[in-house]
Parts: sequence; C-alpha cells; structure tokens
Amino acid sequence: MDPTSTKPAQASPSISEGEGTLVAQAKAGDVHAFEELVSRYERKIFRLAMNITQNKEDAEDVMQEAFLKSYSHLKDFQGDSRFYTWLVRITVNEGLMKLRKRRPGQVSLDEKIETEDDLMIRELEDWGPSPEQHYEQSELQRILQEVISDIDPNFGIVFALRDIEDLSTEETAEILGLSIPAVKSRLLRARLKLRQKLNRYFRKREEN
Amino acid sequence: MKCRDIIKELSGYLNGESDGTLMAEVERHLSNCEDCRLVVDTTRKTIHLYCNSQPAPLPDDVRGRLHKALENRLRRRPS
Repeated sequence: MDPTSTKPAQASPSISEGEGTLVAQAKAGDVHAFEELVSRYERKIFRLAMNITQNKEDAEDVMQEAFLKSYSHLKDFQGDSRFYTWLVRITVNEGLMKLRKRRPGQVSLDEKIETEDDLMIRELEDWGPSPEQHYEQSELQRILQEVISDIDPNFGIVFALRDIEDLSTEETAEILGLSIPAVKSRLLRARLKLRQKLNRYFRKREEN
Repeated sequence: MKCRDIIKELSGYLNGESDGTLMAEVERHLSNCEDCRLVVDTTRKTIHLYCNSQPAPLPDDVRGRLHKALENRLRRRPS
C-alpha cells in the first residue's frame, strides 16, 4: 500500500450494488425501490446535512427536503453520475440555502476568507498508531461530529465533500461554485483545523 | 524546503497529487524533521478517521418523521 495514501480502499461494491436497478424501478413508479434507496443512504445524507448545517434540526429538514426533491425530480435524473452523487448535490444545495437563511453573511463561497493564521501549527504531539482504539464506535462518531461542527462551515463543507464523500476537487468546486484553488486552500485549512481539535482527544496518553 | 513549505504542500503530498520531484523534496525534509513528521502523520490520521467512520444510525424520532413524510409523498406519483 502506498504509505502516503490517505484514502481507504474504494467504497465496497455493496454500497452501489444494485443502485442502478433500484433507480430504474423507482423511475418506473416502484415506491418500494425508492424507499430502499432512502434506507440505504439516509444515514450518510443526514451526516452530510449535519456537516453543512451544524445543527440537528436543520439537518433533519435538509435531509427530508433532499429525499422529497429527489423523488419529485427522479425523471430528470439521467444516470450520467451515480444516484448517490446526484443526491449529494441536492443535499448540498438544500443545506447551503438553510445555512444562508440561518446565518446570513457567514457563508462566503466566492471571497477569500482564508488567513495566514489558519496555517499555524501549534500542536505537535504523537497520536500513536491507532488513536481511535481508545474509544467505542459511538463515542468516536460523537467526537468526529462534534469537532467538525465546531469549525468554520466554509471549511467543513469542503472537507465533507472531498474527504468524507470522496468527491473530486473539480466536482466539489462545481457544486459549491468555488474555484479549484479555493477548494484546495479550504481543504488544507479544514484538515489542519480538524487535526488541531482532534489532538486533544488523540494525543498519546502516558502509559501507566 | 522549509517547514512552512511542507504545510503548503501537505494536501498535495497526502493526496499523492504533487509531482515526483516535489514528493521527493517533502520526503527528504520529513526524514530530517520530527515536527513535520508529526504534523503529516496526525493530519493523515485525521483524514483516515473521517474517511473510514461509519455514519451513526439516525435517531429514532428523526427516522420516524422522515419515513412519515416519504409515505405521504410516495402515495402520489412523481410529478
């Protein structure tokens, strides 16, 4: 394995397996097929909505609206991308609308918001080989959610699309209406901020 | 290459997108700089943790309301 690689193996085939068939059935009016698609993706879409809105109530609205819209517009889905990627786009649009409404002026997709200070590194501590092993799965999920909800959403959204949803820089730029350099710059800042905040949970503990 | 340059190149390096010469320069710096090694390692782990984390199950009440809303909508055909 490439030691510099940060990506896991590609999503297992099971996640997209049968997606095309389900979409075709749903387009033909099979409501159970659509419900199956919703059940398959509801957790991921809710997490994405949380990562954008940073608020449970808003995330619930965004998720509902995204699924309802995707159903209403199913006939427009051409199948030139994965259904899931299309759903992500709808969710991001709904999420950004919600965020702008809730926090006017705080979401800036077209101006430079980065500062040199974002690149300052203060925490220089070892995390050991598997820092997550000290936490139960549910506790780890809580920590990761809490930490990403605590950073500037302008950075968090880019991180969510690039590193969690595994979209390309180009796709992320297009969905968010940002330039490619802006996506790269915000991704770097998001990664450094998250690293800084996670440091307090994962720095190597003193062995007793 | 200085520590500051490593930070600027960090994403390209971790994504494996930097060109070969740049990758080699970063590697050379890392072999001599413990601080930068720590930053690279913990940033890589940060990405890995998020990348590999499973989304939590939906809270029951949230899931209930979602499926109720869908049920209402699915009774009508797509417009």
